[in-house]
Amino acid sequence: MEKLMAALKAQIVEQLNLQEVKPEDIGDDQPLFKDGLGLDSIDALEIIVLLQQHYGIRIANPEQGPEIFRSVRTIAEFITAHQTPK
Amino acid sequence: MYIYIQGTGCVSPQETAAGNTFPAAVLPWEGPRLKAWEPDYKQWIDVKLIRRMSRVIKMGVAAAKLSLQEAGVEIPDAIITGTAYGCLDDTGVFLSKMINQQEEMLTPTAFIQSTHNTVAGQIALMLGCHAYNNTFVHKGFSFESALLDSIMILREGRSSSILAGAMDELTNHSFNILSRFDLYKKEPVTHEQLLKSTTHGTVAGEGAACFVLGTEKGPNTKAKLTGLTTLYKPAGKAEISPDITSFLAAHNCSQEEVSLVITGRNGDAAGDEWYEYVEDTLFAGKPVAGFKHLCGEYPTAASFGMWMGNRILAEQEVPAAALLKGTVPDHIKKVLIYNHYKQTHHSLILLTVC
Amino acid sequence: MHSDVWIAGGGVICGIGNNLSECLTAFERMEPGMAHMEYLHSVHRHTFPVVEVKVSNAILAGWTGMSEKISRTALLSSVAVQEAWKSTGLGDISQYRVGFVSANTVGGMDKTEDFFADYLLDPSKGHLSQVVHHECGAITELVADAMGIRHHISTISTACSSSANALMYGSRLIRNNMVDVVIAGGTDALTRFTLNGFNTLMILDPAACRPFDDTRAGLNLGEGAGYVVLISDALAAELPSSHQPWCRLSGYANANDAYHQTASSPDGTGNFLAMQGALEMSGIRPEDIDYINLHGTGTQNNDSAEGSAIARLFAPHYPPVSSTKSFTGHTLGASGGIEAVFSAWAVKEGVIYPNANFSKQMKDVPFSPVTKFSAGNQLQHVMSNSFGFGGNCSSLVFSKNEQS
Repeated sequence: MEKLMAALKAQIVEQLNLQEVKPEDIGDDQPLFKDGLGLDSIDALEIIVLLQQHYGIRIANPEQGPEIFRSVRTIAEFITAHQTPK
Repeated sequence: MYIYIQGTGCVSPQETAAGNTFPAAVLPWEGPRLKAWEPDYKQWIDVKLIRRMSRVIKMGVAAAKLSLQEAGVEIPDAIITGTAYGCLDDTGVFLSKMINQQEEMLTPTAFIQSTHNTVAGQIALMLGCHAYNNTFVHKGFSFESALLDSIMILREGRSSSILAGAMDELTNHSFNILSRFDLYKKEPVTHEQLLKSTTHGTVAGEGAACFVLGTEKGPNTKAKLTGLTTLYKPAGKAEISPDITSFLAAHNCSQEEVSLVITGRNGDAAGDEWYEYVEDTLFAGKPVAGFKHLCGEYPTAASFGMWMGNRILAEQEVPAAALLKGTVPDHIKKVLIYNHYKQTHHSLILLTVC
Repeated sequence: MHSDVWIAGGGVICGIGNNLSECLTAFERMEPGMAHMEYLHSVHRHTFPVVEVKVSNAILAGWTGMSEKISRTALLSSVAVQEAWKSTGLGDISQYRVGFVSANTVGGMDKTEDFFADYLLDPSKGHLSQVVHHECGAITELVADAMGIRHHISTISTACSSSANALMYGSRLIRNNMVDVVIAGGTDALTRFTLNGFNTLMILDPAACRPFDDTRAGLNLGEGAGYVVLISDALAAELPSSHQPWCRLSGYANANDAYHQTASSPDGTGNFLAMQGALEMSGIRPEDIDYINLHGTGTQNNDSAEGSAIARLFAPHYPPVSSTKSFTGHTLGASGGIEAVFSAWAVKEGVIYPNANFSKQMKDVPFSPVTKFSAGNQLQHVMSNSFGFGGNCSSLVFSKNEQS
């Protein structure tokens, strides 16, 4: 889980071009949206593609985004629960 | 009704964004591609917004902010931009990924930022400005249409300050493709030689220039926008002279009253013949200045010309690097800017000192 | 400068008809145009229905006298412009000072896509003829040149509100006596670029779109072109009784939502301000509006925001409303022009257009759209809404010929 979260942080920083944010600065439970890291609905769509690209997970309904993308930990949990074993 | 230039801002291949005055020295360039000198955008733009912005958006927002600062206007009554190419970089990014990834796994950021009105929309978003917002995308008339819309809205009498500007960026793709259309010089050329060139082609440029136009003088107003007109595909050089004469007459200005002519001369032999014809037939003996050796050629380059014209009136001095011929009078009263883009889109802008 | 601007005629081509008359028949017969992609080549062809103009480029070229190799966006534009001009009975175009203000969102992108596929493999490859009309303005000039229009030409691009803004600018050109006539509207052909772009936003409905319906799940993209012919007071007075203007463009306003680059604010601030501004310019009250042609794309976000703004401005007197996008799909840069033609015709003939696929009223909106076609209604004032990316919100009001 720790490894997955570290990887996710780096991928989020890169995909969203979060200048001046270091992956290690993002807390495991820090809210990603609004007052937390300040991400918005477009970032949620970017993360949906990120999960598809890196983890083969498809989220068909963007309405699920806010729930799954609350924090790096919730995303990691979602990945662990949904990733099909290789 | 007079229309005053209350503030200006310019990002260009020269250091115009540094102090919003005419730079003391010309930034030299080599080869047929001029790149904008970019300021530290973080002084105007939140890092959370900057991360999604391509260069044209940053240049446009910076020029807008500079002009609003100079005008002392926080929220304008309208935001009107002109851009021939729009957000080319984001367009190229999305298009390339779409083709390379066979329409799969695409992300939205480049697409939404590729929209032509992104710059005007971002300015509104940053300022929290709910006013009229429009974007003109008509090749060599993009800037002029934005100015004309501003003038017409100011004449309606319900707006006092309008932000009007133009921006275009050059990307690797656009420079490659435009080069294949044989627009640029094959031989090496410098800023000192370009406007004396007798060969085909010019150099590519880019930039953003914004103006706050208002019905009242602002604290930093130095000039009025007296007149503006466009001429689409004139039949020949002979058609442009009567057009210029009647344009000046419509604004109660004789040829003698024009203190300085700024032309869009760009070193392309065939295109420059238009300027020479007008200089010789209408303005013989008048001082002439040029600007495309400073900013390069692009469809909205007239906005750099207007920025320079305003600076010249403000400082009552023509920078040595810009003066092409003649002697500048002690009092510079009226400046006429005559520009054409690829000989098809001609425009005239008349500025008067305040 | 207080002169009126009149609608002397209009023309439209879209997925439900190649001219206005065919479109009206489709509305009357409740025949929306959603179908599988036939002309656009995309890997998503079996995923998303679109509303294509059911005519090949070769045939469009034959109708317009233009080359079939140019962008479909210009061909569609030319068809609608020619119909619009013909409908006015103004005759020889060269006898007037004419402006052409056309909007589009991606210029000649349909051809650029083909060019880029070759160019990306080798930067010296790709036919330059496919990219020479990439710029939005190039599309306008192809049509202006074919029509012989020179006095004033311009192109506007503000995403989905583009052509509504073209009508505003055109109207201003007439009020400022720059020209006597302006052909104003917009055009957009379907492209892979826009289809994929909207797909990344996850707002394309894999079924037929359901604007202002609680079960709505996104939009369907369409293509087409729509133009009205705006004329001055002086010219309107000279028209023969056989060709009286359809109506007046009595009010318009553009406002910015200033909330997010793509999403509308929950309460539709920009939408509200645009509608309010247009009413103010028309000099009328909300209850004077007899029909609203909604922006109504069918996305969760748009319809909620637009619905909230209408509720705020119009409560408790809701006029009949409908989204013709439930028939034509969302034609982006053309939509404001196409819907301006529908709205102007609505005033002239008392037509209220139906909203297709409606079954369930939205929970957060206190009104529901009209589901049946009707003509011969007394419509004094009709409003048309167009909202786009970048918070760009526009509203137009068309009014009966009598001065209010």
